[in-house]
Amino acid sequence: MIKNPYIREKIAFTVLFLSTVIVVLPVIFIVIYIVSQGWHAISWEFLSQMPRRGMREGGIFPAIVGTLCLVLGTLIFALPLGVLSAIYLTEYAKDNFLTRAVKLAIINLAGVPSVVYGLFGLGIFVVFLKFGSSILAGSMTLAIMVLPIIITTTREALDSVPQSFRQVSLSLGVSKWDTIRHVVLPHALPGILTGMILAVSRAAGETAPILFTVAAFYLPRLPKSIFDQVMALPYHLYVISTQVPNIKLEIRYGTALVLLMIVLSLNFIAIVVRAHFRKKRKW
Amino acid sequence: MVKSIKVQAKELTVCYGPSEVLKAISLDVYANEIISIIGPSNSGKSTFLRCLNRFNDGQQNFSLKGLLAVDGQDIYADGNVEMLRKRVGMVFALPTVLPMTVFENVAYGLRRHGINEKKKIEETVERSLKAAYLWDEVKDRLGEQGMKLSGGQQQRLCLARTLAVDPEIILYDEPCSALDPISTARIEEAMVRFKQKYTQILVTNNTKQAARVGDRTAFFLMGQLVEVDETKKIFTAPSDRRTDDYISGRFG
Repeated sequence: MIKNPYIREKIAFTVLFLSTVIVVLPVIFIVIYIVSQGWHAISWEFLSQMPRRGMREGGIFPAIVGTLCLVLGTLIFALPLGVLSAIYLTEYAKDNFLTRAVKLAIINLAGVPSVVYGLFGLGIFVVFLKFGSSILAGSMTLAIMVLPIIITTTREALDSVPQSFRQVSLSLGVSKWDTIRHVVLPHALPGILTGMILAVSRAAGETAPILFTVAAFYLPRLPKSIFDQVMALPYHLYVISTQVPNIKLEIRYGTALVLLMIVLSLNFIAIVVRAHFRKKRKW
Repeated sequence: MVKSIKVQAKELTVCYGPSEVLKAISLDVYANEIISIIGPSNSGKSTFLRCLNRFNDGQQNFSLKGLLAVDGQDIYADGNVEMLRKRVGMVFALPTVLPMTVFENVAYGLRRHGINEKKKIEETVERSLKAAYLWDEVKDRLGEQGMKLSGGQQQRLCLARTLAVDPEIILYDEPCSALDPISTARIEEAMVRFKQKYTQILVTNNTKQAARVGDRTAFFLMGQLVEVDETKKIFTAPSDRRTDDYISGRFG
């Protein structure tokens, strides 16, 4: 063994530092590679037009619209349900076996592979409830997938509000619900928003859950109702990368770049929002 | 003057699971008096205080036997906890200012109780801050965050916030334990003035404070009420040895 503690410290530092660099490098490389390969394809036409000639030409507009529809639909189902149940679990539920089991189940839900959600969505929404392959079925499937994210982040946000604030409010004869609404929620909001945006970026990027429930292979028109199929960016990327021969490389990377930018900018917004509200916090 | 009983505890026993925290406490609190409750830690004095605004309700395995009445009405018989807490205000040990402006801190209770008239809220806020001896210091800072005030000012802000919802009884849970002597004096001054209007129950670890402001003093030990009497008598000629030992600092 090395006896000199100074040298041991140097070695430890170097190993830790290099590990971090090795972790970061692939991320930087992926971003640089996709940007350099894809940015030629990006143009107003690429973003705003229908695909033509079996997706070999034209734009990716319907896929962008489809992804936005799915994200919105996911939020409509998952956000209220997730936030409200998180409030129940944190503020109201008694600490007993059942509550602990529910909390554990929700945490485990986050670990379920996304393709399993896809199959579940196919079974329940598409076939059993007869929604068919549609925005509705896809949104609901994605909503179930992101619920654990929303519930977990909301619960953390609620837990971070000091207990003494609740006590003060209750001691003035304010009801529990009013206390939650006027004291707890305003200060949990940044955390809840962060969870929401993380959920959005997850929903925007997943392929497996939408594979069987909504995504269209090639559909060069916009959806008319929530019972229509749509194209979606992640699936579209999969299709043009593996299923359609003779597609220009830059179209593939351009699509990947658009998807990456949507997800990264959403994460970036989450970080900014959180930092902004942290600064405003006074305790 | 005939003393009317404001708060009445009769054979009040409180358990957390199998352990008895309060053992058959019988204590009357008269209207418009300040009664100090002293005793070493774990004597049950805070538990007693928190029974009065039903702050123990949510605790695991909490159970209560006996009678606890305000104005002759059993407070545990009626389900309306919010109404009770509006009548029985509480000031906590640590000044807990809500993260809003000075003005909104005091107005908070009013707004939640459905009072929206701007004029009425402004009047009440001013009156409450004056009563808590804080108005002169903050009248130009009403729009500032309450947390910017000093510790002593914060505690008086909490006091004003409690006064704003117009309680009949005020419970103090070691209100000055985190304050400097000058801020403590201000709070005590306010308490003595409040006797005209409110019934006050003060839990304190500071026996000198009990001697200064309390009309009567109750001594709790291990969940039992050892004795309660005029403050002067408790501090000069207590009838129980244990009281004497505690206030002269021989234990606790």
